[in-house]
Amino acid sequence: MSGEATLPPGGAAPAAGPAADETERAGASRRFIRRFASNRLAVGALAVLTVMIAASALAPWIAPYRMDAIDMAHRLSGPTALHWLGTDSLGRDTLTRLLWGGRTSLSAAVLAVTVATVIGVPFGLIAGYFGGRIDWLLSRAADVLMTFPPLILAIAIIAATGPGLITAMTAIGVVYAPRLFRVTRGATLSVRAETYIEASVSIGSPAHRIIATRVLPNILSPLLVQISLMLAAALLAEAALSLLGLGVVPPTPSWGNILGRGFLEIRSTPQLMIWPGLTIALATLSFNLLGDGLRDALGREIRKGD
Amino acid sequence: MSRHDAISPAPAPRTGDPVLEIDDLRVDFATDHGWANVVNGVSFDIREGEILGLVGESGSGKTVTGLSVLGLIPRPPGRISGGSIRFGGRDLTQLRERELRDIRGSEIAMIFQEPMTSLNPAFTIGDQIAETVRRHRGVNRKAAMARAAEVLDLVGIPNAARRVNDYPHEFSGGMRQRAMIAMALSCEPKLLLADEPTTALDVTIQAQILELLLDLRDRTGMSILMVTHDLGVVAEICDRVVVMYAGEVVERAPVGPLFDAPRNPYTEGLLRSMPQIGSAGGRLASIPGRTPEPWRMPPGCRFAPRCPYVQPECEAAPTPLESLGPDRMTRCRRAGELELSKTP
Amino acid sequence: MLGFFLRRVLTAIPLLAVVSFLVFSLILLVPGDPAVSLAGQNPTPEQIAAMREQLGLNDPFLLRYGRWALAAIQGDLGRSLFTSQTVWADITARMPTTLSLVALSMVIALIIGVTVGAVAGLRPGTLIDRAATVAASVGVALPYFWTGMLLILLLAIKYPLLPSVGYTPLTEDPVEWLRHLTLPALALGLAPAAIIARQTRAALSTVMGEDYVRTARAKGMSPLRIVGKHALKNAAVPVVTVFGIEASRLIGGTVVIEQVFALPGIGQLAYQAVFSSDFPVVQGVVLVTAAMVIFINIVVDVSYGYFNPRIRQS
Repeated sequence: MSGEATLPPGGAAPAAGPAADETERAGASRRFIRRFASNRLAVGALAVLTVMIAASALAPWIAPYRMDAIDMAHRLSGPTALHWLGTDSLGRDTLTRLLWGGRTSLSAAVLAVTVATVIGVPFGLIAGYFGGRIDWLLSRAADVLMTFPPLILAIAIIAATGPGLITAMTAIGVVYAPRLFRVTRGATLSVRAETYIEASVSIGSPAHRIIATRVLPNILSPLLVQISLMLAAALLAEAALSLLGLGVVPPTPSWGNILGRGFLEIRSTPQLMIWPGLTIALATLSFNLLGDGLRDALGREIRKGD
Repeated sequence: MSRHDAISPAPAPRTGDPVLEIDDLRVDFATDHGWANVVNGVSFDIREGEILGLVGESGSGKTVTGLSVLGLIPRPPGRISGGSIRFGGRDLTQLRERELRDIRGSEIAMIFQEPMTSLNPAFTIGDQIAETVRRHRGVNRKAAMARAAEVLDLVGIPNAARRVNDYPHEFSGGMRQRAMIAMALSCEPKLLLADEPTTALDVTIQAQILELLLDLRDRTGMSILMVTHDLGVVAEICDRVVVMYAGEVVERAPVGPLFDAPRNPYTEGLLRSMPQIGSAGGRLASIPGRTPEPWRMPPGCRFAPRCPYVQPECEAAPTPLESLGPDRMTRCRRAGELELSKTP
Repeated sequence: MLGFFLRRVLTAIPLLAVVSFLVFSLILLVPGDPAVSLAGQNPTPEQIAAMREQLGLNDPFLLRYGRWALAAIQGDLGRSLFTSQTVWADITARMPTTLSLVALSMVIALIIGVTVGAVAGLRPGTLIDRAATVAASVGVALPYFWTGMLLILLLAIKYPLLPSVGYTPLTEDPVEWLRHLTLPALALGLAPAAIIARQTRAALSTVMGEDYVRTARAKGMSPLRIVGKHALKNAAVPVVTVFGIEASRLIGGTVVIEQVFALPGIGQLAYQAVFSSDFPVVQGVVLVTAAMVIFINIVVDVSYGYFNPRIRQS
């Protein structure tokens, strides 16, 4: 809205652009919500994620036991009335651990995606909006980063800085940034070609204002899709690192290290690796289905993160 | 105006035996409105060495009729629901898919409207022709490639022996249609189905392709079913014409008589909307209105809503196809009283 | 075709140079004095000085990089701080395991993915298609390490058909090689298989509507040949693209899978190096895996030229 302040009073042609754009956007978002709501899988995925996030956030209050409570009398128990999902080799309640682990795993995934967004989106906007040499340079930098397998680079960074989930997920975020960069750059390029941007440029609006008020709102949807898919990937990366003992440090639980511990008991008590694995799978499946649902609701082809 | 008379001195119609006989063909398509009938009781034959024009606007059922011969209508949603297509002593509508495959490209070949997209961009021209030859002749790869070069040469591709190794994108549009024709000819078919083969081409290239088809007919004696909306093409090369409208045959005649004295108001409309050489500047009369949708056919004569000569009785009941003499039929109640001509 | 390949390799050289510089710069992330951090527990001043010497920390950074890069070109990636083996020897000894795993996983992904995608894409909307679509959605989301554990549980513990740990070289016993790699390769290959199936289905259902497929039918070609020859080659470009992306991602996954299945590959090498702070080994593994990704991208690019002759000429 603030962009309108720079418009000359009564300037019919340039004013029509943003105004039409506003109403069109409102209509588009109504269409989008209707389309999304009609996709039962995506709505279900959103519900699952909401429950997971809420349950993890409320873990201190709703978990049946204290996070590190030990029940030596019922070690490695199967599902019972006392322990709905059983206990591990130290007699810790699996459900409790999973609820607490969700806090770690979900926030780790959010951290990585936030880092990727903070790096990828601004550079993508700059590259797509200005083009030319800066675009070339940023795109080549993205190419370089894309050659590192995310997990291996994260491990290398851990080798340098020592174990720790925050470092590890920041590293994952950096390696994911080029994917968001590419999506942002591509979407910005196509928005940049629209006439209402040309109109704003021609009346001398500063670039940062055009980007903030005209470009960004129009590329949010493909970004949202990409972010949803990336959350699934980041969740997997966290689990992999914690599984290897390179992520969160015990006794703090995360879905990955619960799975890792559970795997050690695979011969005696296989359910210890079933529950955390199922939880991770359900979360990644939900993020994927949410992303697919958003993409379908947007109704146009957005290339999947490459 | 027509080169027709100059090239085939023997006056049409030809008297050869029928190669293909279509009798009372019905084709339906599944739509949101239920089964829609798109070809209704179509009958005609093609004689040995003859070029038969199958003419109509889009939606007339001419292309579906052509595709039905080789069982190429997409199934689902399409189905042949009645009639017969007799070829070489067999009814093609009764053959199994496997038996039809032996006929496709071998005894009956087909070429299409879009030479740009009808060839596979990922394989060389020679490979695509040789594939057909190997499929039907069972020869080795080398012999098949030699045959490919031979037929490319036959259709007038210069340096054919070298150009078999070219990809489709290295050929111009006209050359690609020549290559399609070469592919169709590679197994010496008795019948060539040509679905709008010149529509996508420039006028000069069009003329060359038509001349090539005429020449090949004369040299090989094959028959051609020319499916087209363009009466100019018909005038150039056809011996006889079948005019279709809304899934039905409305007129059947040798080319000369059809152009001189059409006996159906729809044919007259088509002729009048043809661009005339030498009458530049005159406005083209096009037939007002549109072909009815298959699920909303008029109860009487299907052309009645657009016909300038319509009478109340035309809209009451379907009009039958009636014979007007040897090789001449029309579907019009008023054929006897109307004086139709290609010029208004 | 060869020229196309060589040109593409040349363009990869500057990329590899930048990548190697970043890999070398990783040492800058070591907090404090790397010589102190890397010299082990409670190092003596002599040990620190020796480490400083070994790491060449007394020279300017760019000079150190230059020396390291020059040696790396000649196959010298330095020595392990832990085993004092050369890094190159460590990596080459373990490379066959990882390459076998990656290759077998991708073969599995390709076979399952293309088959399922083709079956679904040829009958869009049918029950088979919908079942394949659901399976693909689940397959994409399956955590590969968990898939590996489930496979161990099912096929090594409950029904002891296949070994769940260890490795036998191909040259020693091909049957045992395959038996040891089947479960880990399945675990790594299923998610890429699902993605490839999706892409194949989409590409194939587009291609099957093309005019040249109708031409092939009109020539009397059998459905099998139409799909196998005419359609698949044209549908291949997007499929190969995801194949390349997945192959790169899979290289990262080997670290976890090699740990779960106790396979002595370079992923395991990197894992052990992290715990022993063996920095030269870590650098070597990162460099080699990045080079593998670059190589895969080159192969993918060159394959475009095969699948689409128009690309080759431009």
